[in-house]
Amino acid sequence: MDRLVFLLATGLARGLVVALFALSLVIVWRAARLVNFAQAAVATVAVFAAFAVTGATGSFWAGLAAALLTGAAVNAAVERGLVRRVPQGSPLPGMIVAIGLVMVLQSALGIAFGPRHRPMAAPFDERPFVVGGVPLLSPYDLFVLTVALALVGLLAWLFNGTTLGLQLRASAAAPEVSRLLGVRVPRMVTLGWALSGAVAALAALLLVPTELGLNAHSADLLFVHAFTVAVLGGLDSPTGALIGGVLVGVLVSLVTGYLGAGVAPLAVLALLTLVLLVRPAGIFAAAQVRAA
Amino acid sequence: MTATRPAETEEIAVRDARCSDPRPARRLTPTQRILLRAVVLTLLAVAATFLLDPYRNYQLAVVAATFCATAGLTLLVGLTGQLSLGHAVLMAAGGYGYALAVNAASSAGLDGGGAAGAARVVLGLVGALVASGALGGLLGLAGARLRGPYLAGLTLAMVVALPALTTQVPALGGDQGLAVPFEGVPEVLSLLIVVEQWHAWVAIVVAALAVTPLAVLRSGRAGLRMRAVHGDETAARLSGVSPARVKVGAFVASSLAAGLGGAVLCLVTQSVGPGRYDLAFSLLLVVAAVVGGLGSLGGAAAGAALVVLLPWLVDTVTGAVGVPADLEQRLSGNLAVLVFGALLIVVTLAWPGGLARAAARRRHRPHRPRGRTDAPAAPPPPPASQPLER
Repeated sequence: MDRLVFLLATGLARGLVVALFALSLVIVWRAARLVNFAQAAVATVAVFAAFAVTGATGSFWAGLAAALLTGAAVNAAVERGLVRRVPQGSPLPGMIVAIGLVMVLQSALGIAFGPRHRPMAAPFDERPFVVGGVPLLSPYDLFVLTVALALVGLLAWLFNGTTLGLQLRASAAAPEVSRLLGVRVPRMVTLGWALSGAVAALAALLLVPTELGLNAHSADLLFVHAFTVAVLGGLDSPTGALIGGVLVGVLVSLVTGYLGAGVAPLAVLALLTLVLLVRPAGIFAAAQVRAA
Repeated sequence: MTATRPAETEEIAVRDARCSDPRPARRLTPTQRILLRAVVLTLLAVAATFLLDPYRNYQLAVVAATFCATAGLTLLVGLTGQLSLGHAVLMAAGGYGYALAVNAASSAGLDGGGAAGAARVVLGLVGALVASGALGGLLGLAGARLRGPYLAGLTLAMVVALPALTTQVPALGGDQGLAVPFEGVPEVLSLLIVVEQWHAWVAIVVAALAVTPLAVLRSGRAGLRMRAVHGDETAARLSGVSPARVKVGAFVASSLAAGLGGAVLCLVTQSVGPGRYDLAFSLLLVVAAVVGGLGSLGGAAAGAALVVLLPWLVDTVTGAVGVPADLEQRLSGNLAVLVFGALLIVVTLAWPGGLARAAARRRHRPHRPRGRTDAPAAPPPPPASQPLER
């Protein structure tokens, strides 16, 4: 029982990180109708920037700011420089370009920093609190929970409560009409990409201290999990991403705790296959959107 | 709205192909012509092994094995538009199928050389076909319901989960994988050739057996259906083509070829394990298909040679130039991947159609360009310049 509570709590914290990353995929999907397969590589570049800045200044917060800026800048550059030039009409060229970008970024990081994992310290204690004899969340987990929930709230407010959010949603849903109404659609799309890069960078930055360390492939698994989450919740639905993220996080945590770490990727694959085969429309998304 | 254009152009490309087909000088059907070309190319490749030293012959065998997978992938992506990032896993399925069948055969008494060895290899290839065909069928069923990013994501998750699967299932031998018995040179040939050359021969013949059916499929009715489904699913359905059946069929055909490639790789390296078939290798297969030109089998061969030889070339050059050991370790593997990634981007954005289109253009410069690569990124030339007859 104690174990179950502990695993659920850990799963919640990990799941929120995955949910954040999935949210970044949802933002790109809403802005440009494509899944950014390069998101993990971009996030890893941002975490390396954070690592360098934290190493130089000694401040975790400076590193965090650097990660957010780098993630946004790289993704905006990717959108302006590459994605905009991709032939439209089929998702295939966009995916292939993203895969090429993954290879370029990861191998460049590998050449620059070598293959070893660099340990990255968490800004808070990682030992869990013990409540009534049961180890629960650590201060760092609480920090992750707070940041993730705050960010989700912020994004919800941005998209639903501001004029900018309205323009972002409008230019994604009906670019032609939005342009006629005076929305600068290309700028909105770039902004969506930048926003998504910052969110992805934050998710990767929160994840890395709890893992083996930082190297070029640190965020690969995060991407696979986040993709599963985005499909589970529906690529169009932020709420779905949030709920799906927690579900996947708890599933991975439980499977790792009871069956061993080796089974977790299989569980994620099984879940993804099941969702895609039984309900390819996703659980929270409108079906006709997925057909596009 | 945009979907009608590729369908139109493809239809014209196909019609064009038909009206230029019956050349009275040669009374061969397209299938016969493909078979003839396959035999000639196979004989040429076998002859070429005599010019190579043993290590080059080993590399040639690896290229031939990779060619099986890239040919399957290029057919799948180029003709049906389904992007699979998991062809390495299909190769692995073939390799494991081969290893399990061969090991079962040798424990059942089929060991030693000669006829027993040949029978064992054939059984192994059948095992590879069964394993990769079954997995490909399942994936195809998933792919028939999914489009675009979903299939790519599913296959990506599959590649990531492969090491976990091999550790969890005891019959697959964990991280070490499975070893298979050594296949020596048959006695008749043992004075003439060494084992690497023999393996290259086997690889070439299996590659021919894997790729020729794909070429026949591509040029025939099945290829037409695949293009129709890719161009416009609704229109295809209205014309009586079942998109689901076509997609599953294409996926299975592609998987069978990849499985044979995995079997050859297993035979040549005498083992199969999860380490070789990681995400990086899977992406290299995509690179080979794209750089060669999506939909083109010749391009797939060139791409396979590129992805096998370039990493080796980079290692050789960095070793010869004498860069510091630390930097050499970092460059090893990474530099080639950097080049491949850049190639992938450049080819998709600036040079759609890849090597195959470039070669076709060079060959037919006086006439109209004939890059029939069928990639959506590379629509055939505008219909205005085509001889229309209706």
